[in-house]
Amino acid sequence: MEQRNELVVCAGLTKTYGSVKALDHLNLTLGGGRFVGLLGPNGSGKTTLIKLINGLIQPTDGSVLVDGQAPGVHTHSVVSYLPDRGYLNDWMRVSDLIDFFADFYADFDRVKANDMLQSLSINALDRLKTLSKGTKEKVQLILTMSRKAKLFLLDEPIAGVDPAARDYILNTILSNYSEDAAVLLSTHLIADIERVLDEVIFLKNGVMTLHESVDTIREEHGKSVDMLFREVFAC
Amino acid sequence: MQWQLRGDRPIYQQLVEILTEQIVSGQLAAGEKVPAVRELAAQAGVNPNTMQRALADMEREGLMHTNRTSGRYVTEDKEMIDKIREQIASDRIAEFLAGMSQLGFSEQEVFRLLEKRQEEGNQNGTEK
Repeated sequence: MEQRNELVVCAGLTKTYGSVKALDHLNLTLGGGRFVGLLGPNGSGKTTLIKLINGLIQPTDGSVLVDGQAPGVHTHSVVSYLPDRGYLNDWMRVSDLIDFFADFYADFDRVKANDMLQSLSINALDRLKTLSKGTKEKVQLILTMSRKAKLFLLDEPIAGVDPAARDYILNTILSNYSEDAAVLLSTHLIADIERVLDEVIFLKNGVMTLHESVDTIREEHGKSVDMLFREVFAC
Repeated sequence: MQWQLRGDRPIYQQLVEILTEQIVSGQLAAGEKVPAVRELAAQAGVNPNTMQRALADMEREGLMHTNRTSGRYVTEDKEMIDKIREQIASDRIAEFLAGMSQLGFSEQEVFRLLEKRQEEGNQNGTEK
């Protein structure tokens, strides 16, 4: 389960909004089989980076390659993306959404999706709009994780769900990402997830200040990633 | 099986300690087959890569070995397991004595306290 290939390569990746540099000359390589935490305070560029990798926005400068190609038709077929907000149609039933995803993505696994719905006691016949905020998030995450993708981009996937479901979801992500797939997950809830991460990236004002394995950080600093984060980003 | 992880040290090191304790306590018996990496990782709630690293460490220390065709096993060397068990015990005792000395107890006083505890235990007919 070592690093095998270069799944994501960012070179001098820059995105500016007017005079604001959301992302500033980011150089980053992510390999397959890694579970990577993307950490940084609000407005540090986490969502911008995820959107650039997914091709939802275009870089102002520099480049990003996913599976050897610029974001486009091919990369969409190998990247499974969970946005930081709801985007699914409210009137649809959960079962409709499963059909929808199965039509859309060749790598979607219905059996897996239904298993996860069952484990979290979600009724597939419920309409999305009748579900609570946390349950909606669980549904979105289940749909995202039921693909056999090479790269999972998860933007704040666990913020809205309760701690028990959080554990289940993390275990689901862990057991579902195949050995050469990578997960890039942005979050503020570092303490909850650091034991499942291989490596972390710290973003500060659009600049990557750290890209290191969790155990190396603990070894070198004698503290958890959560503690280090609080120290580095102390207000 | 308990997998309590602390924040201040590398996770793989803590996994090695927990696995070692499982072996010396007999939870994982000598010669027993070790569960698959992913299964152990799921139990502990950690990343499979981290568990893999811990298991590799266990092999390096000779407490586990991999059979090319049938998986990973706990060592059959009971002598080695006993030795490590005693090592852990003596580490714990040193730790305990250090704690007691911080409270101002000399080793002599600690022995007396332990003896007293044993006598009381015998009187109550319960040994702890």
